[in-house]
Amino acid sequence: MPKKYHIETKKVAPRLPKIGKFGIVDWHEDCARCHNCVKKACVYDRYRQEMEYIKDLDEFNAMFFECMGCFSCVQKCTKGLLALTVNPEYERMGNGYFTPDIILTTWNQAETAGIPVSGAGYRGKFTGTGFDSMWTDMSEIVRPTRDGIHGREYISTSVDIGRKPKLLSFEDNRLATALPPLVDLPAPIIIDIFPEKYQFSHLMPMLLAVAVKTGTMMIVGWEQNGLLGADKEKHLSNIIFYLGKDTPLPTPEILKKSRLIEIADNNKTEQRIKEIKAVNPELVVAVRVELDSHGKERSIELARNPIIEVIHIVSDMNGNQIGAEKPEFIKDMTRHIHTSLVKSGIRDEVTIIASGGIALAEHMAKEIICGADVIAINMPLLLALECRFCANCRDGFACPAKIENITAQYGIGRMTNLIAAWHDQLIEVMGAMGIREARRLRGETGRALFFDDIEEEIFGRLFGKRIRV
Amino acid sequence: MEGSLAKESGFREILPENTMRTLVPQVEVPREVKPAPPRYRNEIAKYIIRRGSNCTLCGKCVQVCPYGVHVLKTGYKLFAAPHLNVCVGPSCRKTDHYCIDICPKKALKMVENPMLKAMGDYRWTPDMIMATWKMAETGESPSPEYGYEYETGASGGGFDRLRFKFPEKPPIELREDEIDIGIVLNRRDDGRPQVKIDVPWYGGGMSFGSVSNVVQLSKARAAVAFNTFTCTGEGGYMERMKPYDDHVITQIATGLFGVREETIQRVRIVEFKYAQGAKPGLGGHLLADKVTHAVAKMRETVLGISLFSPFPFHSVYSIEDHQKHMDWIKHVNRRTLISTKVSTPNDVDMVAVGSYSAGTHIVHLDGGYGGTGAAPDIAKKNIAMPIEYGIVKVHRFLEQEGIRDKVTLIVSGGLRTPHDIAKAIALGADGVVVGTSELVALGCIRCSRCESGRGCPRGIATTDAELAQGVDLEWGTQRIINLYSAWRKELIALLKRFGMRSINELRGRTDLLMHLDYTNDVETDT
Ligand code: SF4
Ligand code: SF4
Ligand code: SF4
Ligand code: SF4
Repeated sequence: MPKKYHIETKKVAPRLPKIGKFGIVDWHEDCARCHNCVKKACVYDRYRQEMEYIKDLDEFNAMFFECMGCFSCVQKCTKGLLALTVNPEYERMGNGYFTPDIILTTWNQAETAGIPVSGAGYRGKFTGTGFDSMWTDMSEIVRPTRDGIHGREYISTSVDIGRKPKLLSFEDNRLATALPPLVDLPAPIIIDIFPEKYQFSHLMPMLLAVAVKTGTMMIVGWEQNGLLGADKEKHLSNIIFYLGKDTPLPTPEILKKSRLIEIADNNKTEQRIKEIKAVNPELVVAVRVELDSHGKERSIELARNPIIEVIHIVSDMNGNQIGAEKPEFIKDMTRHIHTSLVKSGIRDEVTIIASGGIALAEHMAKEIICGADVIAINMPLLLALECRFCANCRDGFACPAKIENITAQYGIGRMTNLIAAWHDQLIEVMGAMGIREARRLRGETGRALFFDDIEEEIFGRLFGKRIRV
Repeated sequence: MEGSLAKESGFREILPENTMRTLVPQVEVPREVKPAPPRYRNEIAKYIIRRGSNCTLCGKCVQVCPYGVHVLKTGYKLFAAPHLNVCVGPSCRKTDHYCIDICPKKALKMVENPMLKAMGDYRWTPDMIMATWKMAETGESPSPEYGYEYETGASGGGFDRLRFKFPEKPPIELREDEIDIGIVLNRRDDGRPQVKIDVPWYGGGMSFGSVSNVVQLSKARAAVAFNTFTCTGEGGYMERMKPYDDHVITQIATGLFGVREETIQRVRIVEFKYAQGAKPGLGGHLLADKVTHAVAKMRETVLGISLFSPFPFHSVYSIEDHQKHMDWIKHVNRRTLISTKVSTPNDVDMVAVGSYSAGTHIVHLDGGYGGTGAAPDIAKKNIAMPIEYGIVKVHRFLEQEGIRDKVTLIVSGGLRTPHDIAKAIALGADGVVVGTSELVALGCIRCSRCESGRGCPRGIATTDAELAQGVDLEWGTQRIINLYSAWRKELIALLKRFGMRSINELRGRTDLLMHLDYTNDVETDT
């Protein structure tokens, strides 16, 4: 058995008070100053914690952090003068896609590296758009691998990036097929380039350190290689340099020492790959394809070209098709590409990396089920640093999360914790599905349930045509 | 008094010698509705009335309100806190006693309680929680003037989009006492005793560990009152549970915590828990903080160590293995029925048929959105299908296989109200298992902190002695009895509208349902 993949984690406390969902509004005037004030009885001791925080407060955003919303104090107060509300600051966080709930759970995972666990069953909508319109399946009969979750049995999350030969041929009992180079990763997750407005130069060396610590890789613009810090040369195997359309090739030294490189797709793609391969035939080249109105077809076309090894499909930050009026969602575009390659019998020859819209660990699992081999993330890592997705930085204003002040220890710790928590959740889902290898999770739509299909199968037959989409 | 087994003459002779050796007298609990007021000082109300400073204490509002919302005690210079939870809200405007209009100074203002926004969730809306509290308090559904929308939640799918198509008037007029909502649990005709429950539901497995002792006992006592069942959950059979043996289901879960021959022999139904809807494919979780001395003792484990049950049974890899398991139990207890609890994967129909052929009496499906003490969020939301689909899938397949009437189909996983129960039955189930609603009756507010630290801040899903004090056994029992009574009346009223004498007539009647998101123009035969 190979050495078990394990990410070292340590709790990293937040720097700022959490913006919690609930807050208590306290109408002080009538307070009877009860000897046994209900505030003392809060099971979570929120009031004392808040008072302590308020004592050394340097700006006003208090009273609203980790109340759990149990209503106990509200319902017990002698004078009934406490009220529980939803924190307006909480509701304002994020955008329609990166919801406050996503942001809060990301913060918690980055703090503890733990899998989020809660009681009282599921609380959400029956179904939704995007990744919310599918469920993963499990099996009572096929033996699932719960034991893998607790380490008694191995669930492998490792994947390979590169082109795989369709057939192996042998001559004189010896392998005659030339094996193309492959990059192996311990987990199907890499760090993507950040959207332009969210690039912080001081985070670059930290991101690299996270890639090193988690054994994965980061994509970074070749122009920005100077920002990666002194250790860069040592860690070329964790770096994927990205070359824009007009970016000159890195030095032969760098090309020779790298494992994977990514280029922007354009009409000279093939030529670029040849230039790179001329310097280092062992270097795997990924082609970054934007999922605009041509993205899907272009990806399929590229996959047919035997020189193409890896296709990195990229939607916008929220998982939507780029520039479309009625955009398709990343999972559906991925499924389309995947299925059409399967039909052409060439799916296993290329690797698909997907990014955009992957905001939670469940999205990672679902995106892989829909056909991606590997996913690439950026914004969740920024959220791990207590970013609240306010877009101030994008618009040139001061960052309320003071991203510019974070220390390496904090930054690396939090981002590593998040990746570790995602990895554990992937294992949790794979365990339930009874799948022991991330490679086999890819495209395994037979172990998934899609809302549209099952609604049709169950309710369509009973109630006719669905009129609400 | 002896247990029901003793009444079933002839059984003693065929039982293995050790069966029932520890039988204890069974307790009776009357099925009687009594008021069980909320246990918190400030009840959360749908509407609140604000009193302006121009109030002159004339007392007019106190005089007119028939519900006693306003409280001005003689000799006081201020109003006491109003009983807002009995205020019926804006529907009062149509009457001649609307305090807001009657106040000569116009000092009162009514608004919807802004706190409701912070309460509940899509599946359990604040209205549904408050209505359930009302039922637990009074034994009646809240009167329509309160304006609670509690028959459906806001999840936007499944039960929440299904509605009944009632006939304009019932095809036959029935009296309430002519309508039977009981169901039988043994349809195998295999010589084992028949078990009939008076209501089409029983209480779900909640282990001691996940909920407090008092909660378990309250559930058991209510089960006795309604001649139905409650389930031990994974975690052993409490000594104090023994007087209710005849209404307890012993659960054998994958961790086998607390399972002994003796606990199997005590009961009339034994349940194999293969999976749980909230975390299909994963075993039970009991986090360290909740493994107190008492819990550790009962489960025969170590204090303060998290307990993760495996998945699945490590001795079951096939239907044949499942059958061996069942044979073992059937041998150990010659009178018991077997229930097989599984979750709802895509092949759930095959699993159900397989379980039937292995010898189960009850197939219990627990849908993906079911309740739980603690589960990873990723599992709660994402694994396996919601129960609405599972019911139809399994019911159809059992019919196709010609065995629909040989097995009892019980479903759970997010059924919250009598309306959900009726819809589940119309979709094809025989009966249901409920859990969360009982906790809500006891004051659960669905804050979902059941797993953390000492557990539930409201004293329900906790083993912390101090926190658990919040719920008292008499009160807890009464609240659940009241809830059950309200549900029972609701279901009888529904059957009356359809002119059905028995809830069994409703089973599989999808033609009586419509789905708000569909054209509803399919001709179905019944
Ligand atoms: S219980 Fe209420 S009234 Fe009494 S001291 Fe606390 S806040 Fe004031
Ligand atoms: S609502 Fe509950 S968690 Fe929040 S402050 Fe009050 S007692 Fe504490
Ligand atoms: S300003 Fe700070 S908190 Fe806001 S989006 Fe930018 S990094 Fe995040
Ligand atoms: S912790 Fe909250 S959700 Fe859980 S039982 Fe208690 S009140 Fe209900």
